[in-house]
Order: sequence, then structure tokens, then C-alpha cells
Amino acid sequence: MTSSLMFNVTTFAYLISMLLFFAFLASRSKIVGIGGSLAAYVGFIAQTVAIGLRWNESYLQGHGHAPLSNLYESVVFFSWTIILIFGILDMKYKYRIIGAFVVPFALLGMAWAQLSLESNIEPLVPALQSNWLLYHVITCFLGYACFAVACGISIMYLIKIKSESADSNSAAGGIVSTFPSARILDDMNYRAIMIGFPLLTLGIITGAAWANYAWGTYWSWDPKETWSLIVWFVYAAFLHARITRGWVGKRAAWLSIIGFAATIFCYLGVNLFLSGLHSYGGSR
Amino acid sequence: MSTKNSGFLQSLWDFFCSLKLAISLIITLAVTSIFGTIIKQGGTVDELQREYSAGAIKLFSALDLFDMYHSWWFITLLYIFTVNLTACSIKRLPRVWKLASTPTPLLDVGLEKSLSNLYVFTAKGATPQQLKERMTAFLKANFGDPTVTERDGEIHLFVQKSPYSRLGVYVVHLSIIVVFIGAILGSLFGYKAYVNIPEGGDIDKVTTRAEKDIPLGFKLRCDKFTVTLYDTGAPKEFRSLLTIIDNGQEIIKRRPTIVNDPLTYKGITFYQSSYGPSGDATFHLTAKARNGAYSVPLTLRQGESAKLADGSKVQVVESTQEVGPMMPGFSGPAARVEYTPVGKAPQVFVVFKDFPNFDEQRGGDVIFTFIASDAKFFTGLQVAKDPGVGVVWLGCALMVIGICIAFFMSHKRVWIRITGARVVFGGSASKNPAGFGIIFDGLVDKLKHAEKL
Repeated sequence: MTSSLMFNVTTFAYLISMLLFFAFLASRSKIVGIGGSLAAYVGFIAQTVAIGLRWNESYLQGHGHAPLSNLYESVVFFSWTIILIFGILDMKYKYRIIGAFVVPFALLGMAWAQLSLESNIEPLVPALQSNWLLYHVITCFLGYACFAVACGISIMYLIKIKSESADSNSAAGGIVSTFPSARILDDMNYRAIMIGFPLLTLGIITGAAWANYAWGTYWSWDPKETWSLIVWFVYAAFLHARITRGWVGKRAAWLSIIGFAATIFCYLGVNLFLSGLHSYGGSR
Repeated sequence: MSTKNSGFLQSLWDFFCSLKLAISLIITLAVTSIFGTIIKQGGTVDELQREYSAGAIKLFSALDLFDMYHSWWFITLLYIFTVNLTACSIKRLPRVWKLASTPTPLLDVGLEKSLSNLYVFTAKGATPQQLKERMTAFLKANFGDPTVTERDGEIHLFVQKSPYSRLGVYVVHLSIIVVFIGAILGSLFGYKAYVNIPEGGDIDKVTTRAEKDIPLGFKLRCDKFTVTLYDTGAPKEFRSLLTIIDNGQEIIKRRPTIVNDPLTYKGITFYQSSYGPSGDATFHLTAKARNGAYSVPLTLRQGESAKLADGSKVQVVESTQEVGPMMPGFSGPAARVEYTPVGKAPQVFVVFKDFPNFDEQRGGDVIFTFIASDAKFFTGLQVAKDPGVGVVWLGCALMVIGICIAFFMSHKRVWIRITGARVVFGGSASKNPAGFGIIFDGLVDKLKHAEKL
């Protein structure tokens, strides 16, 4: 059993999960929905095994490092954290229809990683040889995953209120009838960001601590640092607007979507378009 | 005059206390920060001229956009942000402190009107005392142990949870100020510098980025510098052996210093950062005639040529410590040698230290063997002294604690007022009203069930 085989299983399971969730939207059949969740969990287990295998394979090759060191590995890990956060929400709140708007993000990540990213296990360059790599990457990506889930929920919210205002008479029909109420979606958006924000803060702090340990400066306005601060500001604005002025509903949903767009730019845009210390070798 | 003055001060204070200003500042900081990630920061004049047109350079220079994070306007924004943060906190803290420290056991009409979570019902045939017992039991089972107050013939029940969580957000605000204080301490009393030390050499001062020399007060020697590579040719480790000499004493001896493992002495930290060749290397080769006529050792500097007994000439043209990336299948030090036999065209070939018999296969009259080279490096170190860094980490720790209190805890209060057979049930939370609304509705459902309504 190799990691690449298990990554194939993962991608396939996420594809099945997404299709089942779409079928759940159309059919409103409970069993189909449970099937969607199950497929996502099967994929998650396969992916966990695959990441473990890849870690082991790096030791067998004599490099021995956590599989978090290049773009391929980070995209795979991002997709893993998205399903992890979705799983926690699914178990806790039982609104599995959210999967229809969250699993696609994870599937997109896996498909992109497998189809077009360089998947060789490379040894770590001196700058990355540190335990901080693990703490920094894990906290950042858990934060990003929360924002991805919040974005999916916000899209659902906007669809829900649009259909409610468009045909308030026949609101009972259509795919949105499987959605949780707008109020619950709004609350879950806030909850996902509430978990993501402290994780992002920890991610920035561990990054600063590592930079200080490796280079002697905890903050140097590197594009990655600056963009992570921009993302932090967007969600700080979201939280202030919400906590203190009760900015709920549509505007909160839009801020959440903007926040995730900034997150994606911080994660990928900076690496692919701007120069700096986080180039992952993705520019090759 | 004085009233006019105080009116101005009052409106200035109100301006700095406003949340609108805070949100505008956060968004302004976020948007302006983007410029510095797109426009090259701290480039040399040549670099800028290559990348931007003359007009753009003029405009961007006028706006300080080539070093915007240290520009007067960005720093001013940060100061206004700090003043705003402080003013907002000072204005709100006394009220919030009072809300947290004084319980509000009575649900009077004014409070009732301010609550968005309310449920009113009439329990026919129940006495106020019976209702009091039923409601107390209900709260105890579903939310918490209530405080009971009887006044003016009305019974008030009150339960609150984690009142001091209201202060979490102020801990976060304070933490940001603590981080700023740490950063200011670092910039006032610390410095960032660099130094290059050749192998075997020592230094007693370092140079800041503003080209200013700073004496260390002790000596730092680089005993040795080595680079190791992976099979792929990618760098594996840069290692300097560093010795600290203070007052003529070797305090720290040959301490290996690598990337991600700096050396600290007397508050000054040295980080492995770069390296390069230092001076010309000396090469030790042997030249052996294939017919066994002679075998002589050669000691050459790069570019210097030596004459062999038969009048032919030899020199080292170039060399490397690691040939792997250039010639796959080989590794270790290698030198490119130019050999010019008398009256013939020069021959250029490579000799490898780790493959001593390789040159025999070339089939030349003279066989060269690469014995050793004493190529010297210099090590490049970043040097930092930052007495504020501990304060920054304190601020970061406060921030994480504050954020956790602010997000995961909220001051929740519920009241029940019994007036005859009429029961008013109300609740509020300091944060996330939507989330508390769901909790409150759950409580109302349970209450309806318990009261069979």
C-alpha cells in the first residue's frame, strides 16, 4: 500500500461524497445525505492513512520530515483540515447538507494537487528544518479550513435568503428547503470564524516566533506576513462589526466570503505571484 | 473660552472613542498594507529603475511606497490605531467592569424592554410561591442556581454565567499595546546587523543595515564553515563552528551554529545566514608520468601555473567543493585543470578528490591526482539584539488568552419575574446574540414542556 494509491482513494471518495450531497439537495432523501457524510469520512480516513504513509516514505528515503513542506503537501493537508472541520460540525450540529458546499473545496484541493502539482518527496532545505514547521503549518491550515467552511456556509446563507425573498409563497419547495434556517446558517458562520480566528492568530504568532528563531526578526513585512495580517484584519473587522453592532445576515455573509478570498490569496496568491520567503518552490 | 476648549476636547475624545473609527482604521490598514506587497520594498535605485517608469518612481517615492511600512503615514496610522484602541477601551471599561462585577438580580420594566429574548405566560391556578418553586427548579435543572429576590410583591429569579468574560476583549486590546511596546523597545534599545567572518578569523564589531559599526564587547571567531548537500544537490546544512572570546577567555568553544539553531551570548544572537568563498584556495595535486619517470607533488593557487620537469605547464582553472549538481554521478571537491605539454595545444579536464584513479582513464602521458584543497569560506551571520522580544511574546500570550476568553465565553444572564400568575422570562448575552437566541429558544421550549403550555 503506497501513499499515492491512498490519495487516489481519497479523491475518489470526496468525489462520491460531493455527488451524493448534490443528490441529497435534489432528492431530500435522508439516506443519500448519510451516504454523503459516510463517503467524506471514508475519504478522510484514507487521507489520514495516506499522509501517515507519506511521512513514513520520507523516512524510508532517508529525509524524514512531516509531509508539510511543499505546495503539493500543503494543498493535500488543507483539504484534510477542511474535511476535519466539516466532520466536527456535522457530528456536533447534524446539518450535513453543509457538506454540499464544503466538500467541493476539499475535492478541488485534492484534484489540483494530484493532477498538476509535483508530488515528489523532497528533502528539507536548512530553513525548514525546525519543529516550528509543524506548529506553524498545522495552526495556519486549521484556521484556513475554518474560513473555508464559513465561506461555504455563507454561500448557503445568501442562496437561502435570496430564495426566501424571491418566492416567499412557495418557499417550501426547491433545494433550499433542505438548508438549515437562515438564522442557524448565520450563527454557524460566526462559530466557524470564531474557531478560525484564534487559530489564525496562533498561526501568525508561531510564524513570528519561528522567524525570530531562524533569522532574528519576528516581523519583517514579508508579503506572506503582511497578507496574513490583512486576513486577520478582515476577520477582526467582521467580529467587531458583529459583536458590537449586531452586523448579522447578508453583510456578515459577504464579509466572510471576502475574508476567505483574502485567505486564498494569502495562501496561494502570495506564493504564485509575489516573492518572499514562502515560495515553496511553486514558482519553478 | 474654556467651554469652547472643553467642547473641542470632548469631540476629539468622542472621535477617538468611536467604533466607526476603529473599523475604518482596520479596513484602511488592511487595504494600504496591500500596496507594500505589490510594490517592491527597500530595493536599490538600480532595481527600481529596471522595474518601474520614471513617473511611477516619482509618485511612489513621494508617497513613501518603496518603504511604506516605515513611512511616516503608515506609522501615523498605527499610532492613531493605538490611540483609538486605548480610548475605546478606557471609555467602555468602567461600564463593562460594573456590568461584570455587580449582579442585576431584578428584572424591572426598563430592563425587560431592552431584552430581545422574552417569553411571557400566565400560569392559571398557581400561587406565586408555587410558581417560584417551579421556576427555581426549572432554572436549576436547565441553566443554573438562581438568586431569588422578593420586592413589592414581585418575585425575581436571576442566574448569570461567567460575568468576567466581558473583560476578554480588553485583554486582547491590551495585548496589542503590549506587542507595540515590545516593538518600540526593540527599535530603541536593540539593533539588527550582519557580519562576515572568514574561517579562522575573528571580529569584535558588527555592521547595521545603515552601515554603522557597533562594537560587541567581545570577540567572535569562526573556526570552520561547512556546507553539506543532499544527493539531489539541494543544500542540507550550513554549519559554522563559532567561538566566543571574552576578556581573553574562550567562553564558548567551537559551538556549531546552523540555520534554526542560533548562538546567543550577552543578549546578542548570531544567526547562520549566508556564506561565500574567502580568498584564493590552494590545491595539492600530484603529477605522475605514465611511464613512471617521475611523480611530483604540486601546490597551486587557482589561476597560477606551474612548470613540470619536462617543461609542460599546468594550472587550476576553476574548482568547486561539491561537483554533484554540475556533474551527476560524481561528488565531492573537484578542480578543472589545464595541462599544456611542450609545443602542443592545452588540454582541459576535471580531476576529482573522491575518485583518485579517475584521471588514469583519460589516457594522457601525465596522470593528475587531486590530493586536497584548502578552500576557505567566510560565514555570513545575521546579528540581532532585541531587548523587547520578551515583551512581544508576553503580548502574544495575552492575545491568545484574551481571544479565547472573548470568543469561547460570554456573560449570559436570565431572569424570571413572577407577578401573581404572570411569568416573564427573559435573557441576554454579552456576545453573539444570534447564538444566545438559539439557547434561549431551547430554554423556552423546555419551559413550555414543563408548564404544559
